[in-house]
Amino acid sequence: MAEIVLRNLVKTYPGTRTPATDDISLEVRDGEFLVLVGPSGCGKTTLLRMIAGLEAPDSGSVQIGGRDVTDLPARLRGLSMVFQSYAIWPHMRVRQNIAFGLAMRKTPKAEIDRRVGEAAELLHLSEYLDRYPAQLSGGQRQRVAVARAIVTDADVLLMDEPLSNLDALLRMEFRTELKRIVGKLGTTTVYVTHDQAEALSLGDRVAVLRDGRVAQVGPPLEVYDSPADEFVGGFLGAPPMNFLPARVDRADGRSRLRIGDQSTAAPVALGDYPGDEVTVGVRAENVEVFDADGPDRLAARVEVVEPTGAAILLTVELAGRQLKVQAPPTFRIGPGSPVWLAVDPDRLRCYHPADSTAITVSG
Amino acid sequence: MTTAPDPAPTEPKATPTRPGRRRRRTRVPTAALLVAPSVLFLAALFLWPIVVGVGQAVTGTDGPTLAHLRRMLDDPYFWQATRNTALLIVVLIPLQFAFALTMALLLRERPRLSSFYFYVWCVPLAISDLAAGLVWLSIFADRGYLNSVLAHLGLGDGYAWLSYDNDATMFLAVLLAELWRATSLVLVIVVAGLQNIPRDYDEAAAVFGATYWQRLRHVILPQLRPSLQVALILRTILGLQTFAVAQALTGRSFPLLVGETYQWYVTLQNERVSAAIALVILLMSLGTAVVYLRVLRDPAATGSGR
Amino acid sequence: MSRLRAARRRTILIHVACVAVTLFMGLPIYLIALAALSSRESLNRFPLSLLPTDVSTETMRVFLDSTGVIGGFQNSVEVGLISLALSLALGVPAGYAVARYAFRGREPYQLFLLLTRALPIVVLSVPLARVFLATGLYDTTYAVALLHTALALPTTVLITSAIFVAVPVEHEEAAMVFGASAPRAFARVVLPQALPGIAAAAIFTFVTSWNEVLGAAVLTLNRRTLPAQVLSTLADSPLAFRFAGGFALVVPALVFIAFMRRYLLNMWGTTIR
Ligand SMILES: Nc1ncnc2c1ncn2[C@@H]1O[C@H](COP(=O)(O)OP(=O)(O)OP(=O)(O)O)[C@@H](O)[C@H]1O
Ligand SMILES: [Mg+2]
Repeated sequence: MAEIVLRNLVKTYPGTRTPATDDISLEVRDGEFLVLVGPSGCGKTTLLRMIAGLEAPDSGSVQIGGRDVTDLPARLRGLSMVFQSYAIWPHMRVRQNIAFGLAMRKTPKAEIDRRVGEAAELLHLSEYLDRYPAQLSGGQRQRVAVARAIVTDADVLLMDEPLSNLDALLRMEFRTELKRIVGKLGTTTVYVTHDQAEALSLGDRVAVLRDGRVAQVGPPLEVYDSPADEFVGGFLGAPPMNFLPARVDRADGRSRLRIGDQSTAAPVALGDYPGDEVTVGVRAENVEVFDADGPDRLAARVEVVEPTGAAILLTVELAGRQLKVQAPPTFRIGPGSPVWLAVDPDRLRCYHPADSTAITVSG
Repeated sequence: MTTAPDPAPTEPKATPTRPGRRRRRTRVPTAALLVAPSVLFLAALFLWPIVVGVGQAVTGTDGPTLAHLRRMLDDPYFWQATRNTALLIVVLIPLQFAFALTMALLLRERPRLSSFYFYVWCVPLAISDLAAGLVWLSIFADRGYLNSVLAHLGLGDGYAWLSYDNDATMFLAVLLAELWRATSLVLVIVVAGLQNIPRDYDEAAAVFGATYWQRLRHVILPQLRPSLQVALILRTILGLQTFAVAQALTGRSFPLLVGETYQWYVTLQNERVSAAIALVILLMSLGTAVVYLRVLRDPAATGSGR
Repeated sequence: MSRLRAARRRTILIHVACVAVTLFMGLPIYLIALAALSSRESLNRFPLSLLPTDVSTETMRVFLDSTGVIGGFQNSVEVGLISLALSLALGVPAGYAVARYAFRGREPYQLFLLLTRALPIVVLSVPLARVFLATGLYDTTYAVALLHTALALPTTVLITSAIFVAVPVEHEEAAMVFGASAPRAFARVVLPQALPGIAAAAIFTFVTSWNEVLGAAVLTLNRRTLPAQVLSTLADSPLAFRFAGGFALVVPALVFIAFMRRYLLNMWGTTIR
C-alpha cells in the first residue's frame, strides 16, 4: 500500500518571487501510474523533489502509504527515482551504479547480481555493465539511471523525463517496456514528461501543470478530449486544439454557432449558456474535410498542405482565423483551393472567452 | 535628470540560473557546525596575535610608550628597507607581468613540447624565496657561475656583484632572483584566465582582419583584465613579504622590511621593535587587500564579478 | 609562398622564444644541482666548470652531516604533515559547507577567508611567539604547524569548495534517495570524486609549510625546520654548505610540481576569486 497524498504544497525557492509550486494537491492511488506534464519551468521537477524529500515544502504535507512523511529524510521514504540530470555516479561502474540501492538495503550478493542482470537485460545494458559512465552515450546513461531506479522495487517510483534522451524508436520501445514492467511490479509511479504521446499512452491518469498549479487531472483520453481550459487543450496534443471565437444564435429552441458569416450546429451544452460570445475548441481529427459544399458545412480556404504519412494536415483559413484540420491521406488538394468543413457538435468544446475555462453542462 | 538611480525592483542577486546547485534552505546548524572550527582557528591565530602585537609595540616595562616606534623610525635600516621594498615592488611587478604575459601567449600558440615548457616554467611555484636566493647565489657569488663564465670568455676575473658598495648590481641580482621565482604565480593566473577566453573571440577578430597586436590589445587583454588585477594585488602583497632572497644573496646589505623584523627579533633580540615593524607591514598589506577586495567585488570595475 | 614563409618564421620565432624562457627558468636549477653535486675542492677552484666533470656527493654529505640538518629535515616533514592533517580536518568541512549550503554569513565568511589569505600572517609570528611562550608551545613542531595551518587554511577551504561545487548535488541526492544516510552519501559518492582535488590541496599545504621560513625561524630555537635551520646558519657557513642547502630545498619542489601538474591551474590559478 503506497498511495501518495499531496496536500496544498507550496514551495518558493529562496531568492525567487514566484512560487515554483503553488498550492498543489494531488492523490496518486496505490499502484497507479500518474503522468505529470506541463511547459518547461512549471514546477514538475520541484513537485517530484518534494515527494522524494529532497526539497522541503514551505507549507503543505506529503503522505506516502498513509504515513505523513513531510519531515522524513529521503532515504527513509522507501522510494526510488530517475533524475532529470541522470545523476549516475561517474566513479562507479554501471554495475555498481545499478546495484547501489540494493547494496544499501543489504541485499545478498547473489540476489544483487541476479537483479542487476535482469534490469540490464531489460534496458539493453548487459554489455556495458563493466564500463564507467564516461564511456557511455547520453541515452545509455539515461538507461542506467532507469535501471538503477527499477531494480530496487521500491513502493514509489519517481521518474523525471526518463526517456527524453533516446531516439524516437528506442523511446517507443522503452515506453511499452516501461508500462509492462511497472504494471507487473505494481509500483505507484509519478512520471514527468514533455512528450504528449508518452503522457497519453503511459498514464492511468494525467496531471497537467501550469505555473505551479494543477490545471487538470484525469484519465488521458478525458484530458485530451475535454480539456478543462484553453491552456490544456493548447498544450496537449499535436497539433494543438483549434480555438475560434463564435456567437451563439438562439432561434426556435435550437442554438447555432455563428463563426464569421457562417454557422453550424451548436453542442447541447450551450443550451443553458446565458451569454452569446464563446470560444470554440476543436481537435484537428474531429473536423471532416470535403471538397464540395453540403448541409452544415463551413467554407474555408487551404493555406498549407503537410502530409504526415498517416494523414494530411491542412492549415486552412476560416473567418480570418487559421485552423489545423486533418484529411485522409488519399485526399488530393493544393494550396489556395476551397474546402468545406463539417464538425459533429458533440465534438465541439466551448470556453468562456473571459477566463477560457470550459462551459459545462449544468444540471 | 538626476533623480534616484533606476528604481526598478532589482531581483535578488542569486537568480535561479543554477538550479539544484545549492541544496536545501538555510540550514544554519549544519553549515555553522562545519564552518565554525575554521573561523575559530583563524581568529585565534590571527586576531589574538594582532592584539598581542599591538601590545608589544606600544607598551614598555612601565606602561604605554612610543619608544619602540621611535626606535624603529630612528633606525636608518628601517628607511632603507622601506625604500628597497618599494623599489623592488615598483620595478619587479611590471617586468614580471610583461614576462608572464609573454610566456602565457607563447603557450597559447601551442608549440610542440608545450606541456614540458609549462612544467619547467612552473617549477619555481614550489620554490621558497630562501631556496631561490641560494640558487642565484651560486650564480652571483664572487666565485660563482656568472664570473666563471666571464672568466672563461676572458672578460675579467671576478666582479663583486653582491658587494655592499655595488648597490645597482646587488639590486639587479635580487630582482632577477625574484623575477625567476615569482613570475610562475602570475603565469598560472594568466594562463587560467586565458583558458576562460573562448578561442572563437580571438578567431572572429582574426577573420575580420585584425592583426595579432590588434587582437591582443582589443580582444585578449580586456578580457584578461580581471585575472591581471587579481595577480597584481596578490603579487603586491606577496612582494611586501619578500625577504629571504635578499637575505641569502646579500645578508643585511640589501635590507627589506620583513628582513628587518627578522633581524630585530633574532639577531638584535628586540621583540618590541620587531612587532612594530610587523604591524607596519600588516597595515601596508591591509591597505592593498582593501583595494584588492574592492576591485574584485565591484562588478562594474571588472566586468564580471567572478 | 611568402605567407607560408612568414608562418614558418613565426613558428621558429615562437620556438626560439620558448627555448630561451626555458633556459632562463631551467638553467639556475641545473647550476645549483651542479654546485651541490661537485666536490668541495672543485668548488674552490676558479673559474668553476660549467659541465658536470667532477660529480661527487661530498658536498651534499657534509651538508647532511652538519648539526641540525637531518633533524631539520625530520622537523620539516613533521610540521608539514601536521599542518596538512590540521588544515584538511578544518578546511574540508568548511569547503563543503561553502559549496553546498546557502547559509547566512556565507559571503562574509568568504570575504574573511580572502582577507586572511591576503594578509601576511607570517609577520604575526613575532607576537605569536609570545603567545606560544605563554602557552608552552614555543619551540615545538606544533607551534610551527599551527602557524602553517593558518597560512594554508583559507586556500584549502577555497580549493575544496571549488572541488565540491564541481560534484553535482544530484549525485548526493541520488545516493540518499537510494537509502544512504548523509555521511554515507558523502563518503561513497562525493569523497571519491573529490579525492584527487583534496590530495592536491594537501600537497599545496605541504609545500606551503615546507617553504615557509620566517615563522619557523621565529617560533623555534632547537626544533628548527630545514629552511629555518639553513637561514639561521647562513651567515657563518661556507658557500658549499649554502649551495647544498639550496639544492636540498629545491629538489622537493621539482617533485611537488611533477605530482601536481594537472592541478597547477586550479591550485594557484583560479582559486583566487
Ligand atoms: N534550485 C532552484 N533555485 C531557485 N529556483 C529554482 C530552483 N529550481 C527550480 N527553480 C525555479 O522553479 C521553477 C520550477 O522549476 P522546475 O525545475 O520544477 O521546472 P520543471 O517543470 O521541472 O521544468 P523542466 O520541464 O524544464 O524540467 C522554475 O521557474 C525554476 O526557475
Ligand atoms: Mg524538470
